[in-house]
Amino acid sequence: MGSTTAENNEPEAPDTTTAEGVGRRDLIKRSAALGLITVPTMSFLSACASGGGDDDSSEDAQGETSKSNPFGVKKGSKLDVVIFKGGYGDAYAKAWEAAFQEKWGVTSTHTGTQEITGKLQPRFNAGNPPDIVDDSGAQQIPIDVLYKNGQLLDLAAVLDAPSIDDPAKKVRDTLIPGTLDAGMQEDKVVALNYIYTVWGLWYSGKLFKENGWQEPKTWADFLTICKEAKAKGIGGLAHQGKYPYYINVAIMDLIAKTGGLEAMKAIDNLDPKAFVGSDAAKAGVEAIYEVVEKGYLMPGTNGLTHTESQTRWNQYKAVFITSGSWLENEQLKQTPADFDMKFMPMPLLPDSAMPFEAIRAGSGEPFIIPSKAKNLPAAKEFMRMMLSKEWSTLFAKEANSLTILKDGVDPGVRLRPGTQSTVEASKAAGDNTFRYLYTEWYSEMDTAIQNASNELMAKRIQPAEWLKRAQAAVDKQAKDPDSKKNHRD
Amino acid sequence: MRKGQYRFVAGFLFIPVALYLIFVIWPYLQTFGYSLTDWKGQSQTFSFVGLDNYTALFQDDIFLKAIWHNILFLLFIPVITILLALFFAFMLNAGGRGRAGGVSGVAGSGFYKIVYFFPQVLSLAILAVLFGAVYRSDSGGMLNGFLMKLGLVEESSPVEWLNEPNFVLWALIAVVVWHGVGFYLVLFSAAMQAIPRDIYEAALIDGAGRAHTFFRITLPLLWDSVQTAWVYLGIAAMDMFILVSTMTAGEYGGGPDHHSEVMATVMMRNFLLYGRSGYACAMGVVMLLLTLIVSVVMLRATRRERIEF
Repeated sequence: MGSTTAENNEPEAPDTTTAEGVGRRDLIKRSAALGLITVPTMSFLSACASGGGDDDSSEDAQGETSKSNPFGVKKGSKLDVVIFKGGYGDAYAKAWEAAFQEKWGVTSTHTGTQEITGKLQPRFNAGNPPDIVDDSGAQQIPIDVLYKNGQLLDLAAVLDAPSIDDPAKKVRDTLIPGTLDAGMQEDKVVALNYIYTVWGLWYSGKLFKENGWQEPKTWADFLTICKEAKAKGIGGLAHQGKYPYYINVAIMDLIAKTGGLEAMKAIDNLDPKAFVGSDAAKAGVEAIYEVVEKGYLMPGTNGLTHTESQTRWNQYKAVFITSGSWLENEQLKQTPADFDMKFMPMPLLPDSAMPFEAIRAGSGEPFIIPSKAKNLPAAKEFMRMMLSKEWSTLFAKEANSLTILKDGVDPGVRLRPGTQSTVEASKAAGDNTFRYLYTEWYSEMDTAIQNASNELMAKRIQPAEWLKRAQAAVDKQAKDPDSKKNHRD
Repeated sequence: MRKGQYRFVAGFLFIPVALYLIFVIWPYLQTFGYSLTDWKGQSQTFSFVGLDNYTALFQDDIFLKAIWHNILFLLFIPVITILLALFFAFMLNAGGRGRAGGVSGVAGSGFYKIVYFFPQVLSLAILAVLFGAVYRSDSGGMLNGFLMKLGLVEESSPVEWLNEPNFVLWALIAVVVWHGVGFYLVLFSAAMQAIPRDIYEAALIDGAGRAHTFFRITLPLLWDSVQTAWVYLGIAAMDMFILVSTMTAGEYGGGPDHHSEVMATVMMRNFLLYGRSGYACAMGVVMLLLTLIVSVVMLRATRRERIEF
């Protein structure tokens, strides 16, 4: 209000105030004009979702290439690392970054977060993504979506580079076979699924011993144990009902083991008879429904979150639970010391195409290199080092889990009982492993099938209706022109 | 005012208006722009598809269902919350009887006023966790545990509150009402205290009972506050994103089988999970329009002649 009072209310000294008033008014005018200019420009840059992507390539970070430095990492450059800080924490990545700095003199900016989408979507849109990302967790940015937008680097350069442990071999030849498949879009590997995971049923060795139960090899034996458990007031099967992802593991595993790889591929390839008209699918879903119908589910399990139901299972309220091999790490605090966690493959239905030992196994936790990363050479080298025995062991120590590197852990590392049983199970399975890909390719179809499973478990629909709904989801996805590009043989 | 002053005032007004234009209006316009494209959300490549997204939207059963749920919320949340808040506020301020001389609340009204306000200090995230425990689907849940103790529910078949298509919306409405009543109670209380006491006393002398006092005096004099509450609650009912996405089943909530879906959860799923961001923007535009219409209608419908006192 300075200028108004100066001009209106001080008439007794006009000479001085006028001069002064004008001066102040100028100041205000200027600041208003400043506001006019600065506020819009600043926020036009930051507020609009479509901030112009500048194609600042990684030329600044390109150093000399050599035999030991195939990508030309430049000393003194910077690496921007974003890690999903979930069940595995992010201590392993910090250990890697320290090792990386020691070797290459490249300092890292480390971000450990659960909000991958929230933090990174704006950066991808602005053309300013990090250099390497662990794109995982509930808020991951779907790989198919990133790929369709041309945001992912084809990882062939890393995979065809010489391995650190044995330069005579290519990196891709030191990995467990098939583990790169989950990161494929069309026919390129664009995501490195780093952690080796097995899926199936879990139980407590202690509970089994106390009741004199044996690992059930057939579905009939499985139901017998459920029945005996129910008589003792224990639930047979628990699942993480709020997230129907988990019960789909059981249903889809049964379908694949009964019908063989063909039944699985029919689903991934959006076959018009993937569910309706497939005997394996019918047998699989009816088997699961039998558990529901006979009341062998842990009471209330349909509405529980993953932590709630897994903790109930740790409290011996249920015999079996479906999950992947992250379960042990996730439940570290809730698991009683003598629980003796064990993994087992899904039991067999009559006339199954696969043996009992067959398991769903594969790689998870996708690491990606954005195509617009600022320091591509260092990002590629970082990924190459992730696939060395040294870093793989580092991971096993910090995160209590296996990686896709073949024999990737020093024998000196002692494993927990659950993890140990997964190692044994995958040895027993040998080449009898399978892995669905529709979950990576078609988020929408996956969600629709999950919804149907949720209804099935709550007894609101019957198996026949489940098959119809799952098939409808497949047919709908098949109509999407983008889906033509994904195919597996 | 002299000429210079207009410029001076405009100079000060300019910044807020500019901020509003840039951070509110411009994003709306952008969203509208994106809603006409097939943008996938992770890069700046997209093509113009005209009104295709809008045509698809009105054939999308899930989204139509979500609109219907929002309408149900819109009907029930404001009505229940306002009625309860009015009733409690009246009891606390003018419902007391028995003591000589004048109008007062029921015994202990000062205490109740504080207690009623407690839920309002909780953030929605905490509310979701809290009611997650209340509605938990096994014997560990508060409601189930209570019903089991009473023998009304068998331990082997607990009620899966949030997994029951017929319950889930009511369960959510109960949370919002529980949370909101305290705030509107305080709002109405403040307004009631502004009503001159002699009016009540006159009514008392004329022999008016509680009901008469309420409908003939309190309610008409509170109408402005009720109108405000109505619009606020209406807007909250059009959103509901936080509670639905955290409490109900599925990615971004909406379960079981889309029975608790609201527009915002469908929009988020399409935007982030399915990579159909242009389509999601179209949903955003529809949400904006519906919310605007609702606000205008509510303001119009509740408009009455203002009583001066």
